[in-house]
Amino acid sequence: MDTKRTIFPNKGLPYAFIAPQLAITLIFFIWPAAQAVKASFERQDPFGLSTTFVGFSHYARLLNDPTYLAAIGRTFVFAAAVTVIAMGLGLLLAMAVSRVIRTAQFYSTMLVWPYAVAPVVAGILWWFIFNTGTGILPYMLGFFGVSWNHQLNGTHAMILIIIAASWKQVSYNFLFFLAGMQSIPQSLTEAAAIDGAGPFKRFWTIIVPLISPTSFFLFIVNVNYTMFDTFGVIAATTHGGPNQATNVLVYKVYSDGVVGLNIGSSSAQSVLLMLMVVILTFVQFRFVERRVQY
Amino acid sequence: MVENRPILDFLTHLVLILGMVLVAFPVYVALIAATHPASALGSGLMPLLPGGEFFRNMSLVLFSKLPGLPPFWLMVWNSTLMALLITAGKIAISIISAYAIVYFKFPGRTLAFWIIFITLMLPVEVRILPTYEVVASLGMLNSFQGLTIPLIASATATFLFRQFFMTVPDELMEAARVDGAGPLKFFWDILLPLSRTNIAALCVILFIYGWIQYLWPLLVTTNEKYYTLILGVQRLTATAEAEPQWNIIMAAVILALLPPVLIVIFMQRLFVKGLVETEK
Amino acid sequence: MVRLSLAALALTLTSTTAFAQTEISWWHSMGGELGERLEAIAADFNASQSDYVVVPSYRGEYEESLVNTIAAFRAGEQPHLVQVYEVGTGTMMAAKGAVYPVYQLMADHGSNFDPSAFLPVVTGYYTDTEGNMLSMPFNSSTPILYYNKDVFEKAGLDPEVAPKTWEDIEAFGKQIVESGAAKCGFTMGYAATWLGTENVSALHNVPYGTLENGFGGLSSELTFNGPIQVRLWEKLKEWQDAGIFAYGGPAGGPDTAPKFYAQECAINMGSSAGRAGVIANAKDFEVGFGMLPYFADVEGAPQNSIIGGATLWTLTGHEDAEYEGVAKFLTYLSSPEVQAAWHQATGYLPVTQAAYELTQEQGYYEANPGSDIAIQQINLNEPTENSKGLRYGNMPQIRIVLDEELQAVLNGDKTAQEALDSAVERGNAILREFESANAQ
Repeated sequence: MDTKRTIFPNKGLPYAFIAPQLAITLIFFIWPAAQAVKASFERQDPFGLSTTFVGFSHYARLLNDPTYLAAIGRTFVFAAAVTVIAMGLGLLLAMAVSRVIRTAQFYSTMLVWPYAVAPVVAGILWWFIFNTGTGILPYMLGFFGVSWNHQLNGTHAMILIIIAASWKQVSYNFLFFLAGMQSIPQSLTEAAAIDGAGPFKRFWTIIVPLISPTSFFLFIVNVNYTMFDTFGVIAATTHGGPNQATNVLVYKVYSDGVVGLNIGSSSAQSVLLMLMVVILTFVQFRFVERRVQY
Repeated sequence: MVENRPILDFLTHLVLILGMVLVAFPVYVALIAATHPASALGSGLMPLLPGGEFFRNMSLVLFSKLPGLPPFWLMVWNSTLMALLITAGKIAISIISAYAIVYFKFPGRTLAFWIIFITLMLPVEVRILPTYEVVASLGMLNSFQGLTIPLIASATATFLFRQFFMTVPDELMEAARVDGAGPLKFFWDILLPLSRTNIAALCVILFIYGWIQYLWPLLVTTNEKYYTLILGVQRLTATAEAEPQWNIIMAAVILALLPPVLIVIFMQRLFVKGLVETEK
Repeated sequence: MVRLSLAALALTLTSTTAFAQTEISWWHSMGGELGERLEAIAADFNASQSDYVVVPSYRGEYEESLVNTIAAFRAGEQPHLVQVYEVGTGTMMAAKGAVYPVYQLMADHGSNFDPSAFLPVVTGYYTDTEGNMLSMPFNSSTPILYYNKDVFEKAGLDPEVAPKTWEDIEAFGKQIVESGAAKCGFTMGYAATWLGTENVSALHNVPYGTLENGFGGLSSELTFNGPIQVRLWEKLKEWQDAGIFAYGGPAGGPDTAPKFYAQECAINMGSSAGRAGVIANAKDFEVGFGMLPYFADVEGAPQNSIIGGATLWTLTGHEDAEYEGVAKFLTYLSSPEVQAAWHQATGYLPVTQAAYELTQEQGYYEANPGSDIAIQQINLNEPTENSKGLRYGNMPQIRIVLDEELQAVLNGDKTAQEALDSAVERGNAILREFESANAQ
């Protein structure tokens, strides 16, 4: 890892400087995570009055549980859908904004603000809008012959959480794509235009390759977002139902741990989830990075 | 604009306007709901045009004591204080640890760096119970220390400052050393002023981060004195076996999302800079 | 009311400065209006004496509050009193070192406390096999039937006659839908759980599980896949396809009440504690009340309904002087005046005989027709081992399984028998997990 060419020779000072950050990380991050790993090998009653070591039995049970395996598959569908929608819309809007000049500032402002909405508040909003009894969207969908019922129809429920989870994320993707596009030198696109390349050709031959690092970064961020940060959205809308149709991994960790009070199994799920994120990040770097031009 | 294509221009604006409408739709519905009496929302189809109860609903939220909630202004104060403490704490500890990592060589430096980095991979849901136990055993429940300190470790802010320090010309430091300035004086007189814009941009992003916290405050506060606005809104929707008062909830939702959204709108430039840099 | 809540507010703000008084923390899950009433009770108690201060604190919904309590206990920060929902009872009872049973608390701290003063169905749910009361009943309710008199009239039905049996529900529902008086006949909360399996079992006097519905020990097995429960689930699917029944979502059924208020459904079944809310929300029509339906051809039905709601548990790990105050507060809480006022304001059951009688004396039931349906229903017959309640650990998880399986029936993935068989199998696995975690 790099430092400066010249450095200060002081011995004690760097420790004093790094100590607060390190202490907080160790006490509030590393230690509790280690506790979670420990708990995943134990069977414990909720109040912690008796504990027995059970080895890998929580893991074995999970990996033989069809509902857990189904939740893994579902999580990938969910992550893929949210990533595609959020990135697709973000890119479309960023392209549009980068085409306009006078109104660019106005449009960007009107598109980025949902970033500042708390996830739980976003969940409350969508719950209200999709409510089968009083919500406005089921009513409007009725005119198209769709009888909306996310309480029973698993596909409807999945669509609901995908929309709710993508909503906040579009503004984020938009912003990064816009920043990526604005860093492309104007002269490059102008030169291509003089050579007779139309807007679509220019998009594919100049913009796409040049924003690929941004896209790669956003891909990772979006997958991580859907795997972890969508908890509030699901908690405020479908609660993982109907019949587990929207029970994704992060919600399952919560419902088995907090509602079910099954601390051992829930901890084992946390550990598996952490492993998955690490592997996913690794795979993304290895396979996607090669095709990305920096 | 490279060339003139009226149809494409038209499409561009169409896409943008549709995008704006889509993005604003849920909040529009909330705003409308906040202008009606409860009876218009609890049964049947909700209206799409504003009603006449906006000021009544808002003043109810702002000035009267809502069932089970502390006074509204106390929650505003708590949210603000919590967000500010988190912002200040994160920036303070991140900038000094980045300084240690970039400008010093010491045993354990790489290890320390990775320990800080790994916090990125541990979302709070995964370790919520053990973290709570730690906070409780330190006696930090029901205090602003408990609300903020566990949240102020920041891998991203440390990264940002590290990246920025790497771009600071080495000559500055060499010159400072020739003038006899020690590490503290160099940090205070040169590096800190240079980081001004970065700090300001980071402030905007971190303030929003602090404001929208939910799970953590819910867990570590058992006393209404420490309720934040987001907690308050959630509590309004959780009415056990009674019906939620949607008009009041939506009025509160609007008030709770207003401060961070206004910050984004009015500090657009700093917000974008802060966001793009912290995440990269 | 206003004065009281101001007092409660002033109290929460100043409680830290009251050094001379012993503080008693009380965690609860009563949001909104109910929370206000609860805080008023604490404020009144605090005003009635000067030794103790009860400090109520809302800890989120029942699930959240229970997990917060457990986390707090593990960290040694537990409250004195916590309100736990009925399905958490099994979990609390198994936690022997964590709870201070109410009968013991009362015996240790000299309060003259008489468990027989409580209504049998209420105490039955919360006593151990030796008849000792482990937690203090606070807010208990039972499901009842609400109907829309105006829609009944429009459909050509007698608005003064509530449906009594499931056969009535079917016939009435058909008439309502066919006459166009409403879009659907009925909806119900807790369709898979509290109503659709727990109370159906109790009302028809059939077991929910072996060993007296779990009262007899942790090795109990679930048996709710019997003919009666299967019959109801089959019917629900049939009625849903015919438009007679509309499903309102899992758990409490968040969409049931709005469907009823919007006059979309003519009948709603839900907690008796919703009574005040139902009357307040039913602005454009008149509400009628009835008991839960049963199958007319089943002998012995209707037996009696079982309760839901929550009780207050005392947790271990505090000073004797503080428990003294807890005992005083619980005694105050179960006094007829406090109980009767709480019952009348909220629609929860009066948990003591004296509170019930006091409410009668005050003429409340005459002035508020339908308000005594719930209490009549739990007292229909002497409770049997099938109808005194349930005692299962991990009950919240079992309820989630049931919700999922009913959804599979209603969207056509499974037959009623398949779904309930699968629920029994999954539920038993959950019970065995609990048994091995709590085996001492």
